[in-house]
Amino acid sequence: MTAKINRMKADERGFYGEFGGAFIPEMLHKNIQDLQERYEGIVSQESFQKRFKDLLKTYSGRPTPLTYAASISEELGANVYLKREDLNHTGAHKINNAIGQALLAMEMGKTRIIAETGAGQHGVATATVCALLDLECIVYMGSKDIERQSPNVRRMKMLGAEVRAVYSGSQTLKDATNEAIRDWINHPESTHYLIGSTVGPHPYPEMVAAFQSIISEETLKQLGEIKADSVIACVGGGSNAAGAFFHFVEDESVELIAVEASGYGLETDKTAASATLGTAGILHGSKTLLLQTKDGQIEEAHSISAGLDYPGIGPMHAHLVKSDRVKIMTATDTEALEAAKWMARKEGIIPALETAHAIAALKKITFKPNQNIVLCLSGRGDKDMQTYAQYLDNE
Amino acid sequence: MNKLLNIYFTAGYPDINATAQIVLDLQKSGVDMIEIGLPYSDPLADGPSIQASGQKALDNGMNTDLLFEQLTSIKDQIKIPVYLMGYYNQWYQYGLETFCNKCKEVGIEGLIMPDLPLGYFDEKHKNILQENDLKICFLITPDTAEDRIEEIGKCSTGFVYIVSNSSTTGKKEDISQHQIAYFERIKSYKFNSKKLIGFGIHDNQTFAKACEYADGAIIGSAFVNHIKEDYSFENIERFVSGVRSGVEV
Ligand SMILES: Cc1ncc(COP(=O)(O)O)c(C=O)c1O
Repeated sequence: MTAKINRMKADERGFYGEFGGAFIPEMLHKNIQDLQERYEGIVSQESFQKRFKDLLKTYSGRPTPLTYAASISEELGANVYLKREDLNHTGAHKINNAIGQALLAMEMGKTRIIAETGAGQHGVATATVCALLDLECIVYMGSKDIERQSPNVRRMKMLGAEVRAVYSGSQTLKDATNEAIRDWINHPESTHYLIGSTVGPHPYPEMVAAFQSIISEETLKQLGEIKADSVIACVGGGSNAAGAFFHFVEDESVELIAVEASGYGLETDKTAASATLGTAGILHGSKTLLLQTKDGQIEEAHSISAGLDYPGIGPMHAHLVKSDRVKIMTATDTEALEAAKWMARKEGIIPALETAHAIAALKKITFKPNQNIVLCLSGRGDKDMQTYAQYLDNE
Repeated sequence: MNKLLNIYFTAGYPDINATAQIVLDLQKSGVDMIEIGLPYSDPLADGPSIQASGQKALDNGMNTDLLFEQLTSIKDQIKIPVYLMGYYNQWYQYGLETFCNKCKEVGIEGLIMPDLPLGYFDEKHKNILQENDLKICFLITPDTAEDRIEEIGKCSTGFVYIVSNSSTTGKKEDISQHQIAYFERIKSYKFNSKKLIGFGIHDNQTFAKACEYADGAIIGSAFVNHIKEDYSFENIERFVSGVRSGVEV
């Protein structure tokens, strides 16, 4: 078989169709150029791959299982398989990328790691890996998210990371990312910016997608003779979706569905549905679909889920959506809460609020009989118990 | 030779209608150039002072059209170069061409867009700028490689913006030996445009030091902080003469 182009990879200019690029101030030019020039060489080394795969296996517990969700499948009249990223060490897919980038940072001689986090899962994964590899770790987190995801803040501190609260702008993921970028501008030599999703300047989106591609690599193997008809994942910046889609994207017979958060609803201004409602613009170093004003001011997103509360989407997803390869669906705050309860009661799995959006989409799709669906169960809901408890109390 | 003093301030700060007056008062105080910041929601290259001024300006209701309107009202009185500094998404969303038409109309000299790096500045941008008699300024930092410095020098038709340090705007520190070595290095390059040092220049000492190695310097955060409570002509002039004191002109 000839090697096909994978649409998860950028072209030689760092673009996915019209989206992507590296729109960064000159202060970051050297760091980004170093990454662009060196990361593929480092990552493709046998010794790197061995170390990476070894940690995924012996530290994070991969391969994660593919669970047949019997009750849900029966109710929907379809076959639903759950790719159990919640069973990773630290409870979400985020650790796949954190391990990969931390190893890369060490190869590049960096000693200080900075990260942004929304739900705190990427922050926890980064803090964990930094503890393991003895790297200094600073995590930027919006002050709103510090409040709503407090269990993860405590975990990061326990792991020895410094959590810096961000009070500017939206006080959520967008502004945590701004602060992390500013930190990098001020510490270009020592520091690697460990971005947690398929966002940011090239080569970050394709690099994060490559580290997350283990999700679909395992899924394909685990499915064996079973042919996937649809793959569904929630999308904030798009890393679990990129990982879940990666090895399916060039097989047009597989339907790919990304579910974004519509917050209070698409017709309101409290939403995070950037692929559905957004327009092309530049945020965090790449051109993508954004919620913005006609003046180009980035608007605040809203989602009950801190990990999806972001006014943009990764550039590769913007391209896959605009070129009709990926179908976009949305789920509201309430639909996500309802879906989390449904999953918990039917399958005995409490999903993360982010993941709950993907689960909510299951209820909106009309399935063919015996359609095979893979749902990326990106994370577990321990961090969201306060929100879930409130929801149950108010019912 | 005269050393150039370029002062940055944020449009619509501290009051929505302060913009035009501040431009005229800066000119009257004897600055050589002005950089007007178009307030932005996500100013990646800026430190706390300019971030806060931008947020306040946006809360005040500042927007691109309003800035153009405010500048139209004083267009005939402006005698010194006025540059517009913004982020690329603001230019892009307004329409690359429409934005430049407007800039020309109100007498803007050129643009500074820190997140539009050389690699994406192409023929299209270049032609639109040229057709509207607008210049552009690119940034050089301590980490910019030699051949790239040459290239940036060539493409910067306004002035070459020499970022004094690896940092965001507004760091209030003395100029270090490390920075001096970098300034010396840049000094040896011959560009067609002037070289101005900016970021962290905040008083007469840092201004004087920067002027030893360049054609002038840019002050932003320190001025923005200075006019927070009082943007009267007297207070603006006090700042400008303070910065100039001790520098031979
Ligand atoms: C469990 C989980 N799923 C999904 C996401 C969304 O991120 P991404 O779109 O990069 O997968 C997050 C982000 O915090 C998360 O914690």
